[in-house]
Amino acid sequence: MISRAPLAWSVAGLLAALALPWYALQEGLDSGAWFSGLWSSEDYASGLAQIVAHGKWWLAPVLSALVACIVAALVPTTRQRRGTLLLLAGTAGLVLFVAQALGIGLRGWTAGWLTTLFGELDGRQVGLGAGGAVALVALLSLLSIGLALRGAFGGDAFVAGAVTTVAASIVLFTAWPILRILVQAFQDGDGVLAPALLVERLATEKIWSLRCLSGGGRCGVAWNTLFLALGCGAGTTALGLAFALIVMRTSFGFKKTLRVLTVLPIVTPPFVIGLALILVFGRSGLVNQFLEWSMGIEPTRWIYGFHGVFLAQLFAFTPVAFLVLIGVVEGVSPTLEEASQTLRADRWSTFTTVSLPLMRPGLANAFLVGFIESIADFGNPIVLGGDYGVLSTEIYFAVVGAQLDYGRAASLALLLLVFALGAFFLQRRIVGSGSYATISGKGDSGLPTPLPDAARRAAACVALPWAAFTLLLYGFAFVGGLVKVWGRDYTPTLDHYAKAFAVEHTADGLIWTGAAWNSFWTTVKLAAIAAPLTAALGLIAAWLLVRQRFAGRATLEFATMLSFAVPGTVIGVAYVFAFNVPPIEITGTAMIIVLCFIFRNMPVGVRAGMAAMSQIDRSLDEASITLRGRAPQTLFYVVLPLLRPAIVGALVYGFVRAVTTVSAVVFLVTAEYELATTYIILRVINGDYGLAIAYSCALIVLMLAVILLIQFAVGERRLGRRAVALTGGPA
Amino acid sequence: MTTGIRLAAGALALALATPASAQGVVNVYCSVQVEWCTLAANEFQKASGIKVSMSQKGSGETIAQLKAEAQNPKGDVWFGGTGDPHLQAAEENLTEAYKSPKMADLHPWAVKQNTDSGGKTVGIYAGALGFGFNTELLAKKGAKAPACWADLLKPEFKAEIQMANPNSSGTAYVAIATLVQLMGEQKAFEYLKKMHANINAYTRSGTAPMKAVARGETMVSISFVHDGVTEALAGFPVKTATPCEGTGYEIGSMSIVKGARNMANAKKFYDWALTPEAQKLGAQAKQFQVPSNKATPLPPQAPKFADMKLIDYDQAKYGKSAERKRLIARWDSEVGALPKP
Repeated sequence: MISRAPLAWSVAGLLAALALPWYALQEGLDSGAWFSGLWSSEDYASGLAQIVAHGKWWLAPVLSALVACIVAALVPTTRQRRGTLLLLAGTAGLVLFVAQALGIGLRGWTAGWLTTLFGELDGRQVGLGAGGAVALVALLSLLSIGLALRGAFGGDAFVAGAVTTVAASIVLFTAWPILRILVQAFQDGDGVLAPALLVERLATEKIWSLRCLSGGGRCGVAWNTLFLALGCGAGTTALGLAFALIVMRTSFGFKKTLRVLTVLPIVTPPFVIGLALILVFGRSGLVNQFLEWSMGIEPTRWIYGFHGVFLAQLFAFTPVAFLVLIGVVEGVSPTLEEASQTLRADRWSTFTTVSLPLMRPGLANAFLVGFIESIADFGNPIVLGGDYGVLSTEIYFAVVGAQLDYGRAASLALLLLVFALGAFFLQRRIVGSGSYATISGKGDSGLPTPLPDAARRAAACVALPWAAFTLLLYGFAFVGGLVKVWGRDYTPTLDHYAKAFAVEHTADGLIWTGAAWNSFWTTVKLAAIAAPLTAALGLIAAWLLVRQRFAGRATLEFATMLSFAVPGTVIGVAYVFAFNVPPIEITGTAMIIVLCFIFRNMPVGVRAGMAAMSQIDRSLDEASITLRGRAPQTLFYVVLPLLRPAIVGALVYGFVRAVTTVSAVVFLVTAEYELATTYIILRVINGDYGLAIAYSCALIVLMLAVILLIQFAVGERRLGRRAVALTGGPA
Repeated sequence: MTTGIRLAAGALALALATPASAQGVVNVYCSVQVEWCTLAANEFQKASGIKVSMSQKGSGETIAQLKAEAQNPKGDVWFGGTGDPHLQAAEENLTEAYKSPKMADLHPWAVKQNTDSGGKTVGIYAGALGFGFNTELLAKKGAKAPACWADLLKPEFKAEIQMANPNSSGTAYVAIATLVQLMGEQKAFEYLKKMHANINAYTRSGTAPMKAVARGETMVSISFVHDGVTEALAGFPVKTATPCEGTGYEIGSMSIVKGARNMANAKKFYDWALTPEAQKLGAQAKQFQVPSNKATPLPPQAPKFADMKLIDYDQAKYGKSAERKRLIARWDSEVGALPKP
């Protein structure tokens, strides 16, 4: 059975090398035009044809490695030895593949030293196509099968395959582009290596000044970023916990409303919150106008700067913390709490000594996510920052502003990464190595303990005004789409919606005449493709990180977080740098946008999955394995059903972020693949707030519908706990 | 080496040319406002039969993209956006020299932009720097609208003025370069230091101050005046003025990308964009800069150059990156670092 898999993969790889165009096609595969030119045309030729008919000799070793794999799969030999053979052939093929892909580009050899070594090369290659891609995947799979046969990863080919898939995709689509741009921190303008420049770029007053503390002048952007991120991490975690406790542990009457409310900010394009905050708290906003009218208080601009950005980030990122924490609160086992109460602990000490400590991984995860979201946030600081600069805006303007200094941008991005790294290790220290498993195979028939009164009151005092405030902001924003000029002329109108979403009924059927339809459908399509892939990759990565032991696990864990910590603009530019030239030439396609969505948003899936998974007792996995369940069966029948909240979270987040991302995709969109957010940003820049708000509202409705759909499709997890009428009084 | 690159790029263009339409395509990076971009794309398509693939990005984003794509250019023409990034692209050899037959019909400032850059860019419109102010806020405070640079130092504007931060904004840099040319460098920086007391924020983006004026978040802004016309037409109480001592201006420019895959079509677009038919599209899209072709009719709302006192802005000297770096560094240490008043 085992040797069938390597055979299948090597045959698949060879078939791809024979019957699919090796290089990328300008017009895409689906036109079918390539079929007739599979041998004769240099553009359409398969891998074999490229070697034989078009003189691309450097592909020959790659294909021979695949042939060697077939041989290794067929010869009768021991499991161990077959593994070694496959490992050798697979690794050799992979190394040769990467070497030729990186070494030979659009104009022959890609580096001067290669030319001096081998002489001028009379040949060139464009980006990888279907044939090359399948061959690459086949080689990777063969390599991992080889590893598993030799006994690595518990001898499980599924685990081995999953690890190599996750690792390879992260290397390719996160580490490689980011490294390519970070290298520029050590280079001068002409690409000459000069490490001393990094020190020069980073050791300036503008970054490290602490004058704001002593009261004269501004602090450096590094401190600004750090203060904001610490505040945001702590604030969102506290608010998220308050909401999660109210929803899960009290008999509060409007839980559903509360859930929707907490999800609202996450489905909102970020600058909508910023603009709404300006309209409420700005100098000409509601609050200031009222204060001036009633008490003659001079309007101020406090909203521009730290306070405003902090407030907006709390709005924007509390839902993420909530999504992380709700699964955690739900997962805390009532049995343990009952045990505590049986031992005569009152509700308060049960809460503080049992429930809260059990939530520690969740709290630490929520804090980490809030912290990193804050340092990578771009939309809020740009709208509300005034002259309060943070690293992400500073990087953006180093790239696109008057300086155009990639070196500086890369150095600042490096600094940002260091912060993320610091938060990451701090989080590991806090969670430590204790066990937080509370969902075990033993029947758990305890009743969730109601919150102690003090905690309930505190949660309610924090969460309910916040919820009311959210309602107010959204009401205001919603109205903005229905009046002529937002903040100015409040004559009701439906013009903005008509302009964006008009549909005309003619003899030929419906014609989508609205200005927004094109970007709307593109966004929905790409986000719908990206979301399941994001969730799947994120959860598989989480499962590997929590449940499997293998070398390089910590590195992989950090690598998954990498793209999250780097601001979108840097990712966008990095993607253009890395994927505009062969071997992977995908700029201007929909694929690069989807990939950017996936690898930018996957970290949240990973965090949510890890937090949820560390609550599920290993004994469940072990029981499955004892019953001869193999790794994939354990994953699909035991772990995944218990992970439903995390799956919902990852799917929702994957979709929603794909719809609302701005800064990362600005460089990737083209006329053909225009996205909703970039369209909206252009309207905002143009001062056309009505249309921008109308479109945003439509997007919000769409995303809420999708969230409900996902909830419905995935379902709730069923823990063996009694459904109870909570006794605890309304919150 | 460069011929090698050009040969390779040519070969690439041949290899990748799609036979989709007989007239081919042209990829345009468009840095003016989106309606204008769409109009230009549609009209050019109608006039020439060449399919336009247009993507709209700010000028800073576009030059970042050109730099990232330098090895394998995807765009053909870069249409619009303030002149400094175009000059910088010329300086960094990202764009191609081209002398259009339409050059003779252009205003001298547009031609000068072309000669300054070694033929690599050309002016397609110009917009003057000035003040935007919120008439309601002025009336409430009983202040007189600013008419001169000197007015901005008046105490009634304390913490009421916004300008952009030159580190990130080309608009702010034009303002500083204008003051330097108007007063001399030493005096200009003394002026900026005095004005600092009246500034409430140096925003990151160049268009943000005018938007803040429109929404009543600040009383006065230092901006391009044609941006104010757009806000006023959107229904906000905004008026603009150009300083009585004289003011500088930006030259919105157009360049051909070096190694463009559709070079012939790029040149056709370039020639077309310099005709009056193409240039009047700006006004149709509610953008009120001054077009560079002398024969283009000036829209009635547009701020007229004839009514302003324009300085002889030295684009060549102040568009150089070394000079810009020096002035911005000086602004940083002498003005930007001052404590908030």
